[in-house]
Amino acid sequence: MHAQLPAIEADRLVKHYGESIAVDGISFAIETGSITGLLGGNGAGKTTTIGMIMGLIAPTSGAVKVFGADMATEPYRALYRMNFESPYVDLPHRLTVRENLKVFGLLYGLDNVSARIEKLAGELDLTEFVDRAAGKLSAGQKTRVALAKALINEPDVLVLDEPTASLDPDTADWIRSHLERYRARRNATILLASHNMYEVERLCDRVIMMKRGRIVDDGAPDDLIARYGRHNLEEVFLDVARGRREPNFAGDAAQ
Amino acid sequence: MTATHCPSFSFRRIGAMVLRHWYLLRSSWPRLFELMYWPMVQMFMWGFLQLGVAQAAGGTAITATATFLAAFFLWDLLFRGQLGFSMSFLEEMWARNLPNLMISPLRPIEFVMSLMAMSVIRLAVGFVPVTIMAIWFFGFNLWGLGLALAVFFANLFLTAWAMGMFCSGLVLRNGMGAEGLTWSLMFILLPLACVYYPVTTLPGWLQPLAWALPPTAVFEGMRALVLQHTFRPDLMIWAFALNAIWFVAGALSFVLLLRGARKAGSLIAVGE
Repeated sequence: MHAQLPAIEADRLVKHYGESIAVDGISFAIETGSITGLLGGNGAGKTTTIGMIMGLIAPTSGAVKVFGADMATEPYRALYRMNFESPYVDLPHRLTVRENLKVFGLLYGLDNVSARIEKLAGELDLTEFVDRAAGKLSAGQKTRVALAKALINEPDVLVLDEPTASLDPDTADWIRSHLERYRARRNATILLASHNMYEVERLCDRVIMMKRGRIVDDGAPDDLIARYGRHNLEEVFLDVARGRREPNFAGDAAQ
Repeated sequence: MTATHCPSFSFRRIGAMVLRHWYLLRSSWPRLFELMYWPMVQMFMWGFLQLGVAQAAGGTAITATATFLAAFFLWDLLFRGQLGFSMSFLEEMWARNLPNLMISPLRPIEFVMSLMAMSVIRLAVGFVPVTIMAIWFFGFNLWGLGLALAVFFANLFLTAWAMGMFCSGLVLRNGMGAEGLTWSLMFILLPLACVYYPVTTLPGWLQPLAWALPPTAVFEGMRALVLQHTFRPDLMIWAFALNAIWFVAGALSFVLLLRGARKAGSLIAVGE
């Protein structure tokens, strides 16, 4: 039923905070089963865009739809098929990992929460500390638990804001591998905001580059690198962030 | 594993939220102790104070103490009912868990209902043991007020929840800077709702304002019951009517402030 719809569709999305323009008329469509990176410097509008996709922030104008559901007016048509992880968000520290996951499993209406927790604990290597308080975990363990919470309902759309921030390279690599497997297994759509260019190059089929609330470029990582005549995405990012080189075409025009 | 549908209302989701807060209370003895600590301290303070005053005045110590203890307990129910609602909400803010809830299928009405349930649970944990202590120390049995007590409780909870929704909405919209209001806003009712004295004590011009507050009718009704052994249904009907307005206003304020929070973008960056 949802096969023809883009998983996420933003249409002339605008967000003002008073006089400040956080997102300035962006449009894009994200295909089901893709991993898309949302890139941009601080203040580019990535978090606000993610907030509007998740229904946490109301757009000033325009619309964002997930599987055809307008996230400003009918978010609950889509939210049960979505999930989210962000360093700005935490889980209750005094609850154990198992208790936290149980609560979210029930909120998402899972039939067999215990079995799901056991499965996630195995997949994400949580077994050793699943009965420990969430606040007593290391940064790497907390990230794995946050990912477990984000995967508790096996979401069709997974939105990740800096999923490997402050992790050691081994744990970060482990998380990326898990995300790749999850996408392959579920044909899930993943939207990823990250400042880690290596991560974006490795994971993403497509990159949307934002600056001052607007999309300034949009394409596959290899295409962007070629378009800017650079060796890697980090150099492209610096070109865009510092305005050193104009892109060959505006992202909006590509849609 | 993804749910194939999402009911627009679910007691299971309310239960999940109650379970979340129960886990929290269970894991933290200071939180449990705090629920009982202040009601106990205040019960002793008011109980002994009234005993002392009544004995010095040569009056009937038992009646005076009973009136004040009944007033204290009902005020405490009102205050802690609101606090139980607001504290459970604030726990989500302190834990930076609110965005997780807001992007889940949990509806605002289910969230609010879970907070109401938690206000009853938190109050029961602290309130019931202290009322039993009052029997032991002062010979005052709040439960002896019988069925009238259920009417008093229902009215006071409705006011507490209305205030709780308003306070929580303020925090949602304005962030943790508004946290102090959840502790202090209810105290505006303390002098105006005539908790410890009859409405006639107030100057004439202030009395209409007092009667516009649902708890005023409850406290007047309590005094009629304790002092004259008369249950006043007229006062309770008035209290329920006012509470219906207050409750709708509280719910509306929560919805509007939540909408304001989505517009202001304050839901995505909540925390301590």
